[in-house]
Amino acid sequence: MDYSWKSIARIMLGITILACFSYAIYAGLSAKVPYQNPMNGQTARNFFFHVPLWFGAMLMGYTSVVYSVLYLRKNDLKWDIRAHEAAKLMLLFGLLGLATGIVWSRVTWGADKADTDPQAWWPWDPKQTSALTCVLLYAGYMVLRRSFDDTTQRAKVSGVYNIFAAASIYPLFYVLPKVLGGRHPNTGTDQTALKGLTSSQFSIFWMAVLGVICLSIAILDLMVRYRQTKMALEALEDEV
Amino acid sequence: MSFFRETSALLKKELLLEWKQKYALYGMLLYSLSMVFVVSMAVQRNLPPQAWNVIFWVILMFVSVNAVAKSFMGERTGQLLYLYNLAGPRAIIVAKIIYNCVLMLGISIVTLVFFLLLSGSGKIVDPLQFGVVVLIGSMAFAANLTLVSAIASKAQNQATLLAVLSFPIMVPEMIVGISASSKAIQGLPWMDSMSEIIFSICFVVIIAAVSVILFPFLWKE
Repeated sequence: MDYSWKSIARIMLGITILACFSYAIYAGLSAKVPYQNPMNGQTARNFFFHVPLWFGAMLMGYTSVVYSVLYLRKNDLKWDIRAHEAAKLMLLFGLLGLATGIVWSRVTWGADKADTDPQAWWPWDPKQTSALTCVLLYAGYMVLRRSFDDTTQRAKVSGVYNIFAAASIYPLFYVLPKVLGGRHPNTGTDQTALKGLTSSQFSIFWMAVLGVICLSIAILDLMVRYRQTKMALEALEDEV
Repeated sequence: MSFFRETSALLKKELLLEWKQKYALYGMLLYSLSMVFVVSMAVQRNLPPQAWNVIFWVILMFVSVNAVAKSFMGERTGQLLYLYNLAGPRAIIVAKIIYNCVLMLGISIVTLVFFLLLSGSGKIVDPLQFGVVVLIGSMAFAANLTLVSAIASKAQNQATLLAVLSFPIMVPEMIVGISASSKAIQGLPWMDSMSEIIFSICFVVIIAAVSVILFPFLWKE
C-alpha cells in the first residue's frame, strides 16, 4: 500500500465528495426552501445544484488558463495535458450548468412575462448568452487541438488561444449582464435573490459547492494520470 | 525608439502592399457589396428599424471575418521568415492590428453606405452616434480577428477554424454593439449608450494588449 501524501489526499478527497454529495442531495431535496419569491416556489431547490455546477465549471476554466500560462512559460508538455483535461471538464460542468439553468429559466422566467413565450426553453438572458459563449469557446478549443499533428505546435497554439479567448471572454462574463440588465439573479435589476436564504440553506449550498469543487479536482487528477499513463505506454510501444 | 520605427515601417509596408495589389482591396469591397446586395434583395425596404440594425451587424461580422482572415494567411512562409528577421514580433502584431483597424474602418463605412442605399435610409434618428458605435465595433472586430487569424494560419483547415475560433469571441461585441446602435436608431441621448461605448473601447484595449503579449509565443518556432 502506498502511503505517500498524494494517495492520502486522494482518499480524503473521495470521502469529502461522498459526504458532501450525500448531504447536499438529501438536504437539498428535503429542506424547506424560501418562499419569499412566489415565482420560484419549489424550484428554488435548484439553487443548491445549478450554482455549484457553475462554480466547478469556472474553477476548471481558470485552472485551464493557469496551466496554459505555465505551459507557455516552462515549455513542458505535462502542463499542456493538464490544460486540455481542465478545458474538457469546463465543457462538461458548463453543459450541466447550462442544462440546469435552462430547465429553471423555463419554469420561472417564462411565467412572469406576458410578452414572451411562457414555455420558452431559451429566454435569451445575457447571463445565458455569455454562458453559451463560454461553452462554444471551449468547443472551438477542442476543434483547434484536433487540427494539429505535431504535439509541440498543438500545445503552443492552443495554449495561446486558450489564454486569448479567456482574457476576452471572462471579464465579459461578469460585466455583460451588469451592462445589459436581465433577469438572472444578482446581475441586473434583481439583487435580492439571496436575501431570503437562511443560514441552514446556505450551509447546504456551500456543502454542494465543496462537493462539486472536490469532484472536479478528483476527475481532473484521474484524467491527467490516465493521459500520462497512456502516453508513457505509447512511448514504450514505440521503443519495442 | 526602434519599436516605433519598426512598427511604422511595417505599417507602411502593409498599406503600400495593399495599394499595389489592388485586387485584394477590390475583392473585399466587392464581397461587402455582394453580401449587402443579396441580403437587401431578400428584405428589400420594408424592414422595421430594429431588424435592419441586427441584419447590418451580422453583415458587418461576416465582412470583417473575410477582410481580416487574410492578414496572416496571405503571407507566404518565406516572406514571413524574411519579415521576422527584420522586426520583432511585437512590432509585427501591433502593425497588423493598426492596419486591420484602419482597413475595417473603411470597409464598415462602405458597407454601411451600401446598406443604407439599398435597404432604406432615414431610419436612424441619431446618425452620428450610430456611426461612432459602428466604427468602434468594427475596430473591436478587427483587433479580435488579427490574433485569431494568426492562430488559425498555423493549423490545417484554416477557413473553418477561423470562423469557429472567432465567433465566440465576437459575441460580446455583437451584443454590446447591437444594443448601443439600436439606442442610436431610436435617437436616445448619448448618455444612454455611454456604458456600451466605454465597454467596447476597453474591449479593444484588452484584446490588443493580450495580443501583444501572446503573439511572440506563436511566432517562435
